Amino acid sequence: MPNIIDVTNLTKRFGDFTAVDSISFSVERGEIFAFLGPNGAGKSTTIKMLITLLKPTGGHASVDGIDVGTHPGDVRNVIGYVPQSISVDGTLTAYENLMLMARLYEVPRSERKQRVQEVLDFLNLQEHAKSLVRTFSGGMIRKMEIGQAMLHRPRVLFLDEPTTGLDPVARQNVWQHLLELRKSFGVSIFFSTHYMEEAESAADRVAIMNQGKLAVIGTAGELKVKTGKPGASLEDAFIYFTGNQLETAGNFREIRRARRTEGRLG
Amino acid sequence: MFTYAYKTITKSYILAEMEVRKLLHDPTELISRALQPILWLGIFGEALSKIRAIPTQGYTYLQFITPGILTQSVVFVAIFYGLYIIMDRDTGILQKLLVTPTPRLALVWGRMISAGVRGLSQAIIIFLFALVLHIQLHITFWSLLGVVLIIMLGAGFFTGLSMIIASIVKTRERFMGIGQVITQPLFFASNAIYPVSIMPRWLQVVANVNPLSYMVDGLRGLIVTGDMSKMPFDILVLAVATLIISIVSAWMYPKVVI
Repeated sequence: MPNIIDVTNLTKRFGDFTAVDSISFSVERGEIFAFLGPNGAGKSTTIKMLITLLKPTGGHASVDGIDVGTHPGDVRNVIGYVPQSISVDGTLTAYENLMLMARLYEVPRSERKQRVQEVLDFLNLQEHAKSLVRTFSGGMIRKMEIGQAMLHRPRVLFLDEPTTGLDPVARQNVWQHLLELRKSFGVSIFFSTHYMEEAESAADRVAIMNQGKLAVIGTAGELKVKTGKPGASLEDAFIYFTGNQLETAGNFREIRRARRTEGRLG
Repeated sequence: MFTYAYKTITKSYILAEMEVRKLLHDPTELISRALQPILWLGIFGEALSKIRAIPTQGYTYLQFITPGILTQSVVFVAIFYGLYIIMDRDTGILQKLLVTPTPRLALVWGRMISAGVRGLSQAIIIFLFALVLHIQLHITFWSLLGVVLIIMLGAGFFTGLSMIIASIVKTRERFMGIGQVITQPLFFASNAIYPVSIMPRWLQVVANVNPLSYMVDGLRGLIVTGDMSKMPFDILVLAVATLIISIVSAWMYPKVVI
């Protein structure tokens, strides 16, 4: 069986600007993979290519052995995606939000109700099934979104900064559910984050991107050793591999969006 | 090919259904939207019908503008629909929908249908208000069926146009600016509140390519004059325009996430 994600010389250019510059890496089946990097390093662009929202300019990427450039429609059937910002509909109930996704993902009619119920049970949201999602707390919203992305039993889950703006209790709760999902369904998890402790505690391997290139990839332990400094933390490794320069990139829109998400989830 | 068409239709329905559910959870929007057409009919219409300055082919001025005001309220709902895809892009809902195995055309049609449903709710309010003002309308089962068809097609066309604009301008602020700029000319360069014949030549040309005029023309035939002779042509123009704009829109609006 091929790796769940295989990326070779993947490149994305916008005019003269090279957002992703010929990166290559693989993610194994069942692996939890953390994707780090400063704002504007090319993380979001890479994720967008993997989840078929952007076409690569060069190179190849495949998910579950399916090429994202040539067969985006087939890739969509095997992935689940949780965007950074709030992506549940606040003006629909929890049940309606889940049912919408079950129908769009073509879960067979006979199984839909049961799957939605399972997700509600799994997330401990049974009592809130008929409440409008805009009344939910940040942690509940995130759990809902993960539930939505799991209804069709994807092989890999992409999460863009899944715990940004959550309090520590909600953060732990979200990860507890993600780990349970991996245990029950063997789903691989690919996530981006700015929290080093999260990458270290949850991920099997970590990749750090910088200025469109893959700076380093390995376990958190390996990355620390590579800095050559005894007692280095993952944060030290991050700074070491991203060149320690002041943050220069990340456009206004992205930052505004991140702040808005934090404001609403918090 | 068959499965693709089937998928597109069922998913358009699913998406439209969700939009309608949202509306039912919070119907205040429908009521506030109804205010504008009521003001147009109740104040502008009443005032101008006293002057009798505009040739209205033997009908009262209120009769004459009822289809125009109905069209206006449907178009104004639809023309701001692109704003929702920008808002959905900002929240992440759009990205999530684009990552599901849903044909792009279904995402466009889902919006078009829901704009049409909102437009129909406007029609109900306007018809009720017309009853209050004693405006005589020609209402039969068949004329109502025609009204539904024209509203759905017209709302579809302007929703598609709006989504195309949204995919080009990409931000709420710019979209609002453009929305404001195009709605008034669309309305005034049409046969909604006065006949095309009193316009200067150049404006007549604009009015004749304005899809809004075809909606007004069709609706006026259905509920005022009962003259159905131009109906097939009006519907054909709207249907073709809506189909073309659906395809362009399905191709363009996913770019709003980039």
